[in-house]
Amino acid sequence: MKIENVPQDNSSTYGEMKKAIYATSKDGKIKRVESSGWDAEEIVTQQAIDELEENQKKAYEEVRSGKKSPLYYYMYEVRMDLAVLSQSTGFFKWSINRDFKPEVFKKISEKRLLVYCDVLGKTIEEIKVLPKVEDE
Amino acid sequence: MSKFEHRHYAHCESGVMSSMLRHNGLDISEPMIFGLSNALNFAYIPFVKIGGMPLVSYRSIPKLIIKNIQKNLKIQMKLETFSSKKKGEKRLDELLGEGKVVGAQSSVYWLEYFPPEISFHFNAHNLLVYDRDGDEYLISDPVFDKSVRCGRESLLKARFAKGMMAPKGLLYYPISVPKEIDLKPIIKKNIKKVSKYMLKTPVPIAGLRGIRYLAKSISKLKSKNKKYAKLFLGNIVRMQEEIGTGGAGFRFMYASFLEEASGLFDDDKTLKDASKLMLEVGDEWRSFALVIAKAIKSKEDIDYKSISQMLNKISENEAKVYKKLLEFK
Repeated sequence: MKIENVPQDNSSTYGEMKKAIYATSKDGKIKRVESSGWDAEEIVTQQAIDELEENQKKAYEEVRSGKKSPLYYYMYEVRMDLAVLSQSTGFFKWSINRDFKPEVFKKISEKRLLVYCDVLGKTIEEIKVLPKVEDE
Repeated sequence: MSKFEHRHYAHCESGVMSSMLRHNGLDISEPMIFGLSNALNFAYIPFVKIGGMPLVSYRSIPKLIIKNIQKNLKIQMKLETFSSKKKGEKRLDELLGEGKVVGAQSSVYWLEYFPPEISFHFNAHNLLVYDRDGDEYLISDPVFDKSVRCGRESLLKARFAKGMMAPKGLLYYPISVPKEIDLKPIIKKNIKKVSKYMLKTPVPIAGLRGIRYLAKSISKLKSKNKKYAKLFLGNIVRMQEEIGTGGAGFRFMYASFLEEASGLFDDDKTLKDASKLMLEVGDEWRSFALVIAKAIKSKEDIDYKSISQMLNKISENEAKVYKKLLEFK
């Protein structure tokens, strides 16, 4: 890619960041230059963010309607899924699935709850209830 | 020790190594680090899922750059992991107190200075800590254009994130760095190694075979749910472009390495030609990304067959680069 063709699309998904890319200058040498974004990349990153947010919203509803425990919502809030939560806590997936049941979660041991708190970055009070307004 | 100077690089691990060695008196560019550590690759591992999507990678496994640079350049390095957060935190403060610039592996998600847009659970990020100001660390994160600050709690959580590729607080720094190294034999050896590997991978999930395998999987997406198919395609492009690759899944950076290598061998023509070919392949990867992005946005049916064919073509053209490189004696 030539330096003049390096996209500078000011992608929202870059936050305030710039990205370093290797491209060819006029004298034919490859140099490292900055890019403020690329539309193609923005589309795929946004697609992934949308998916995460959709999961979070769905989880919020399921917890609010009493189908799932707050743990289920917080897993999605910190952009994890069952696989990541299982790897992070060292708990089996099936045992985490049990904790997604509101009645099981109510009787959870403090020791186990603290492991979830540590991994999800929540306090023991926070993790027991849904946040009042849904975070965006 | 001289004052540390932050530089903006394409990739975290090669950027950290380039910065760290330069600070210790050995000026080696990021592409050179990337090339000398054999970091170019391709892998498609459908049975390893990340965020529900199969693993697609355009480079070698994390930490291999650090390990191969240590081995190939005969740099004495110290790598330390820790059994507890407390020990890891204390050791970092000690090393900074000694005036060292320290590499660290971390999760991306828990680093507070990352914008939420790209704050994902990826545990193999690398950064350099070069000083401390009270409870804030001064950090040179290679994929940021400026140096950043990070609070004690945030860095600690990021360094001790658990799960796949857990960093376990990893810290690394050189103990002795030679002032001058004859890079030529190392370049020769590693160009040969990468080329042979890419052309003749023993497993179907890596190298050019991995690319063709992915192409095959794309052609089968037609029978899948459309939303899944779009996420599958999007994931490929994200791995190729999003997370510090220098563009085109490290292909542009490798082309830069080949160009620099050519200069060291009195403008060797084979290497220069290979660099040009690699640039062209890089452009093809970018076109491939563009076609996918358009398909994701469009409401119309996706032509999986043509996307798959595009990928097969890329693997053919990438093969030409490696064959050219094997002519280099």
